[in-house]
Amino acid sequence: MPTLIDFRRRIRSVKNTQQITRAMKFVAAAKLRRSQEAVFAARPYAREMRHVLQSAISRIENPQHLLLARRQEERILLWLVTGDKGLCGAFNTNVIRKGLEFAREHAEQKLDVIAAGKKGRDALRKRKASLVAEYVNISGKVEFSHAKEISGKVIEAYSAGEIDAVYAIYNEFKSVLAQRLIVEKLLPIEQAELRSPEPAAIVDYIYEQPAAEILNSLLPRHVEAQVFRVLLESAAAEHAARMTAMDSATNNAAELIDSITLHMNKVRQASITREIIEIVSGAASTA
Amino acid sequence: MIATSISLHVVTPERQLLQESVDSLQLPGQKGYLGILPGHAALITELGYGELSYRKGKDLRHLTVMGGYAEVLADRVIVLAEVSERAEEINVDRARAAKERAEKLMGKPGDKDVDWDVAMLALRRALIRLQVAAKGGAVAAAEDHHTAP
Repeated sequence: MPTLIDFRRRIRSVKNTQQITRAMKFVAAAKLRRSQEAVFAARPYAREMRHVLQSAISRIENPQHLLLARRQEERILLWLVTGDKGLCGAFNTNVIRKGLEFAREHAEQKLDVIAAGKKGRDALRKRKASLVAEYVNISGKVEFSHAKEISGKVIEAYSAGEIDAVYAIYNEFKSVLAQRLIVEKLLPIEQAELRSPEPAAIVDYIYEQPAAEILNSLLPRHVEAQVFRVLLESAAAEHAARMTAMDSATNNAAELIDSITLHMNKVRQASITREIIEIVSGAASTA
Repeated sequence: MIATSISLHVVTPERQLLQESVDSLQLPGQKGYLGILPGHAALITELGYGELSYRKGKDLRHLTVMGGYAEVLADRVIVLAEVSERAEEINVDRARAAKERAEKLMGKPGDKDVDWDVAMLALRRALIRLQVAAKGGAVAAAEDHHTAP
């Protein structure tokens, strides 16, 4: 039978854990705010980029570019975006599970994988996936140079004809309470997506360079902006997931403390009752 | 209708730097500077490294722009800069240090370890930052003078 001191110890240890989870929750909340701002701050660029690209592409009869060319998808590059740390609920597991599912669906194609984030990398290593590149410790502070590096690598492999399509699996920051798992095709760029919805608004531009030249240099920038957006979304989603996970951990700890306290009081009461009975019966026998 | 002002948007991948109505501006195009007044013909151009200046009333302000694109319409200019900062955001000491570093690298032409292009770009960036910071500083100093009792 556990004694009172055992209960007290147990409560203290749960309380410590609760303090840690609560602190982590606040840290995640602060980081979430910052990364959420970063997501919003990056939106104007992506929007204006799309706008300029739309007007450039609609000016060209038959846009020809490597990044627009559709090929038979035989070699696929999958970009798995996870976090570097755990303790964020199902955030990483979801991405990894989806990645494995993707691999099963594309079993007959050759599949290479790029990992962003330690968790995804470790999972891929364990399963002996063909990991061609890894980018770790970037979700803490996402910078545009990271996006440049990743998209540079991807575009190079695609342009060289080493791969036929590039997909990304990542968590989209939908709201603080919900993340959405997204499987997105990065390359080839879908032309339909770039078609202006309102062709009447198209202006006849003067080009400093030929339109095709502008397009050639704009398309890689567009991919960079997309990659950057994915990184930012994933970082914000990670902080949101961690915040919710740590919040429920804190609540669970509170519940646990309550139930242990209740149990402890019952045991304490029982022992007091027993002592009284002993005293009373001792007194009765001496009387 | 003839536009009398231009709505200038400057965005970088990381943030929206500027969104305001200006009277005129100068853009660092790849083949030299472009002066833009309201009612300019529609234009798309790639940007070089240089300084973007815009006038609003009597105020003349400067930004650095390092590469990117600009779309010009009669009443709107969108600048998609890769890197851009306001004059007052520039760390002059850092830019000066970068300039010295680049100059030192370029001072050894025989050295195979020196990546000439990288050093050259670093030098250009540093020079533009210093130039813009100097102009921005002058404006700030003038304002100080006015507010002094």
